[in-house]
Amino acid sequence: MTFLQLRGVGRTVSRVDDRPLIILSGVDLAVEVGDRLSIVGRSGSGKSTLLNLLGLLDSPTEGEIFLDDEPTRRFSARHRDVTRGRDVGFIFQQFNLLQGRTALENVMTPLLYDTGAVFWRRRAIATEMLDRVGLGHRLSSTPDRLSGGEQQRVAIARALVRRPRLILADEPTGALDIETGEAVMALLDEIATASDAALVTITHDPAIAALATRRFQLEKGALVDAAAATLSKGGPS
Amino acid sequence: MRGLVTAFVGSVVEAWAELRIHRTRVLLSLVGVAVAVCALTSVIALGNIAQQATVETSERSSGRPATLYVSAYTADGSPPPATAMDTTWNEALVRYGVQYASRVTQQQLSIQFIDGVSVVNATLVDPPYGVMHRVEVQRGAWFAADDATRLAPALIVNDIFYARLGSPDLGTHPTVSLVGAKPVTAVIVGVTAALPYEVDPSMMMLNDSYAKLADQLVQDAASQPYSSYEMWVPPSISGELTTRLQSDFSASLGDGATAQVNRQDYAAYGDDPFLPIKLMISGVAVLVLVLGALGLVNISLVTVRQRIQEIGIRRSFGATASRVFFAVMMESVVATVAAGVAGVMLSILILKSPWVEDFIAQGVTDVPPFPLEAAVLGLAAATVVGAIAGLLPALVAVRVKVIDAIRY
Repeated sequence: MTFLQLRGVGRTVSRVDDRPLIILSGVDLAVEVGDRLSIVGRSGSGKSTLLNLLGLLDSPTEGEIFLDDEPTRRFSARHRDVTRGRDVGFIFQQFNLLQGRTALENVMTPLLYDTGAVFWRRRAIATEMLDRVGLGHRLSSTPDRLSGGEQQRVAIARALVRRPRLILADEPTGALDIETGEAVMALLDEIATASDAALVTITHDPAIAALATRRFQLEKGALVDAAAATLSKGGPS
Repeated sequence: MRGLVTAFVGSVVEAWAELRIHRTRVLLSLVGVAVAVCALTSVIALGNIAQQATVETSERSSGRPATLYVSAYTADGSPPPATAMDTTWNEALVRYGVQYASRVTQQQLSIQFIDGVSVVNATLVDPPYGVMHRVEVQRGAWFAADDATRLAPALIVNDIFYARLGSPDLGTHPTVSLVGAKPVTAVIVGVTAALPYEVDPSMMMLNDSYAKLADQLVQDAASQPYSSYEMWVPPSISGELTTRLQSDFSASLGDGATAQVNRQDYAAYGDDPFLPIKLMISGVAVLVLVLGALGLVNISLVTVRQRIQEIGIRRSFGATASRVFFAVMMESVVATVAAGVAGVMLSILILKSPWVEDFIAQGVTDVPPFPLEAAVLGLAAATVVGAIAGLLPALVAVRVKVIDAIRY
């Protein structure tokens, strides 16, 4: 079932000399419940811009993004923020953990923006989530005392603690070695599967991209199916 | 409603965590604000004491607000008969229910000291004069109501007079001889500090005591005794009472006599006489606070870089712009209010410590209590400073694009 859809989405910014710079153009994409998508592309191809659009952090300059068939352009700023907090979980390449705060406090942070029982039970929920990523013994460790893999696991726990429908991972293994990266991706996949969340991964790494069921490539601002892109270049089918 | 409660509690939790994490920065900024608030509050409190000292000095010389002075003269410029004035005066006091009133006469009397006879300035007063002019008796006591009935009149002398007598113990009821046709022995019952401009002995005696002895004493022939009549009344009725007293005295003293009633206390001139002092104190206080605020804003600006990324991360997890704004402001305000409380407490501890209080309140009879308005103003100033200092990072946090903030 499709819950997020991009129709003819484009993003243009103005350069210093006022000439428009097209970053994305005519992007069509449908994200379904439990989907596994990967998007690869060179630096500057618009990967992060697409991720920001998917995560409601940015708005398209053309086309439309629908969430549950509702155009997000009509969302107020507040509604966008609330929807993002509820439905989207971000995982960043540099982890972006809040410095000085413990792993538990980091994971509790998104729950501060929830309401009702979830808000009041945030400590218990965050503890359970850290248990699930295997960090039940590092609750009071601050990021500077955690390894890269542990930090990314905290970031995963933080992204998933509100049970979002969409997980957006921007180079989630970019700062990790191959072995740790594979372990992190396996964990991410396991937890996303358990909560029936769609996972969109942006990566440079073909091996990580290959873990997805649907693979896309960004070329000159256009999103194309990775298999089709490979065929058009005369690669193996 | 449920969302509002969790949003508020959430903001407090965030603010507290922020304060805890950045405690060094917070502590530094708080020290600046606490010192600024302490200085602001202390300056205001010191200003109150300075004002009180000035008020008391004014009241010692010209009475408390509103003190009405009554004087009269006949057609040839000489004062009317004392008995007529006294009668009219006493009738007026009874008619208007005036409790604090005194006749004041300056007289020159000859005193036999151990080293010879000296002419001494004597102020003849009634018992309420002590309260009306804030006379502070350093040793002994002010005149009692029945002192006028003593056979040996009671004297209150300045400390120059007292020293010339050899500073005897007042408990031994030291006496002094007033020179005259028939010398009079007087008893020293109190000693006051000499006024700053006084270099000679002076003394005070009750009018009624003097009246009984006047014929026996040698008066300085060159000096013409001058009497004035003073009453201390509520300022609200002083205007109307002035008109009535003028009318009463003119009518009672008869044709040719003119009565003058006027106010000479410091508050007689309408405008606030302490406005310049207040403005100067306020100026210093504002300057102190602005310096404190600048320190806080400076530190806030230095840390804004770190905060922007953190705020971007929070917003990616669903923090709304208003929530971020509130949390950042709250953090600043909570911190500065805490600093304000510390500053006010520090100010109270400093100014109310016995050593400091003795030092700064020298010569002040009624040391004003620590001014509540200074404490409230200090806290309000701390809150405003916190809000202003928090406004800048809060506005930046709200205005910056989330994507840019995360990558900051």
